[in-house]
Amino acid sequence: MARKTIKVDYLARVEGEGAFKVVVRSGAVESAELNIFEPPRFFEGFLRGRAFTEAPDITARICGICPVAYQMSAVHAMENALGVAVTGSLRDLRRLIYCGEWIESHTLHIYMLHAPDFLGYAGAVDMAHDHGDIVRRGLALKKAGNELLALLGGREIHPINVRVGGFYRTPRRREMAPLAERLKWARDAAIDTARWVAGFDFPERERDYTFVALRHPHEYPFNEGHIVSNHGLDVTAAEYDEHFEESQVERSTALHSRLKGGGSYLVGPLARYSLNFERLSPLTKEVAREAGLGPACTNPYRSIVVRAIEVLYACEEALRIIERYEEPDAPAVPIEPQAAIGFAATEAPRGLLYHRYRLEPEGTIAEARIVPPTSQNQASIEEDLASFVGGFLDLPDDALRHRCEQTVRNYDPCISCSTHFLRLEIDRG
Amino acid sequence: MARNKPRLAVWKFASCDGCQLSLLDCEDELLAVADALEIAHFPEATRTAVRGRYDLSLVEGSITTPHDAERILEVRRRSQHLVTIGACATAGGIQALRNFADVNEYAAIVYARPDYIRTLATSTAIADHVRVDFELRGCPINKHQLVEVISAFLAGRRPVVPPHSVCIECKLKGYVCVMVARGTPCLGPVTHAGCGALCPSYDRGCYGCYGPNETPNTRSLSHWLAKLGVDERTLQRLYRTFNASAGPFREEGGRHGA
Repeated sequence: MARKTIKVDYLARVEGEGAFKVVVRSGAVESAELNIFEPPRFFEGFLRGRAFTEAPDITARICGICPVAYQMSAVHAMENALGVAVTGSLRDLRRLIYCGEWIESHTLHIYMLHAPDFLGYAGAVDMAHDHGDIVRRGLALKKAGNELLALLGGREIHPINVRVGGFYRTPRRREMAPLAERLKWARDAAIDTARWVAGFDFPERERDYTFVALRHPHEYPFNEGHIVSNHGLDVTAAEYDEHFEESQVERSTALHSRLKGGGSYLVGPLARYSLNFERLSPLTKEVAREAGLGPACTNPYRSIVVRAIEVLYACEEALRIIERYEEPDAPAVPIEPQAAIGFAATEAPRGLLYHRYRLEPEGTIAEARIVPPTSQNQASIEEDLASFVGGFLDLPDDALRHRCEQTVRNYDPCISCSTHFLRLEIDRG
Repeated sequence: MARNKPRLAVWKFASCDGCQLSLLDCEDELLAVADALEIAHFPEATRTAVRGRYDLSLVEGSITTPHDAERILEVRRRSQHLVTIGACATAGGIQALRNFADVNEYAAIVYARPDYIRTLATSTAIADHVRVDFELRGCPINKHQLVEVISAFLAGRRPVVPPHSVCIECKLKGYVCVMVARGTPCLGPVTHAGCGALCPSYDRGCYGCYGPNETPNTRSLSHWLAKLGVDERTLQRLYRTFNASAGPFREEGGRHGA
């Protein structure tokens, strides 16, 4: 009675290998730990000695679900180091390929990883027995995102067409036309998705988060902008290390990030949305309001609604880019290596992804540092468990364990990424 | 009834999850696959975890920890057929770059307390540890080839996965050779087919993500690459990326770099 452990040894429907353990003593949560046993792969180690041009292809392999995010942070950091700006159509195409990844990754999470929690299924395949049309809609929406990736990147996973300075080959206007038709359908499907998930039963739990995301003067952020928080932070990627620090805990192969002197913070859809609501399109804002969202969202269980809103935004943005697209004169801008340090942060589907590289004069990578979103969210996930689980203790063990899993899945944790990162034990004593 | 369907399991070792994601990326085929097989163990997609034996295990990832070296033995014991999916499971993956370096040095670069990290000095392919019934290549695998492997298993036949080179795929598609026409270094002549000559179709040289094909003439290719002006260190890096520990690439990479 006095002590209870809630434990999940291998968390399902997340990307990578993690577990968690919550210890409850005398009706209160004593500790909540996320354990990441994903084997480390040492990317920052073997990037040393590689050419700067190889970083987008190599870092993509950190994550099969958000390779474009790694490629985008890598190319922007290299271009920052080498003093090159990629503008015009090439810049637009980078936003477009990121739209594809947001649509694919968010839709995967909404339909296949997270919705089954709300509707009481083990997974999407089981869900399809009762909700076949909905699951098929989700698969078709995900496919619309993947088709963008396949055209611009060559393939959905580990695209081959992204390079420092631009692309290897840029698409013809006529190649884009069929995508536009598909995206118009996807935009409507995204609105239906937002309405569908808005009807789920959400635990009323909120926390006073420190949100951290990019903010750009005119756009909802993908590749550019300052790193800002709802508590006054406003810095460039070059200043990231002055404001954030990583530490290592014994139970995890992922490093924990904290704001120096400020504790845990949250990156990802909730933060991005709450810090950039006014940058959304009129239609997206209207659908968000209709789905019950205000200009900020502090209930992590509603992150599934925010993801649906971001899918809608990405579909609209992709359509805008395709409409105004003009084929660039060259697929990439020329780049000369030099000794330099470069920084970039971009918005992976799961949140801010920071890269820093130091280059030798001939362009060899002397040092690489990568801070993925799930490392940054790890402390926040543990704090959510610690603060919310106390309110669910009247649930039977199975339902309680499931609620804890759902609480972790709110973050769409990407464990392969964060390793340099997850185990659930619920200990009730 | 579900009981009569063959049981499918998907396992993960050191990897990026991209190859198992390929199954979920089969948007048009996924529900049909789920109809033909019982998905008994696939933690990325479902909480359901049926214990016992599996008719077909798809294994992603390489062996890099003492615990995983034990776990793969158990997966093999419980699997009637075991198929590796992707460059990590088939050749050790990009993390096999540690095989050419000092892993303790890598751990010290990434972690403040490398002593908390339990890892092996090498990243090795699944076939180095257990018998493997079929290896599907690629970083990542081609999802259409994955559907072919699953279909072949269901029909009780060998999968039709051509073992020739990317070079042949290029010729079959009628692409202009990027190396001959533009002098772009390309690993297509020595790389296993499966991608559909993707990089050349994007005006880029193949970077070998499917690993070596059968009997590759890497020596001759290196000679031609050197004539294009590729220096020794770059030559070594070309072979030592996503399939660095695959036999022919390991050997050829070892001949260069000085």
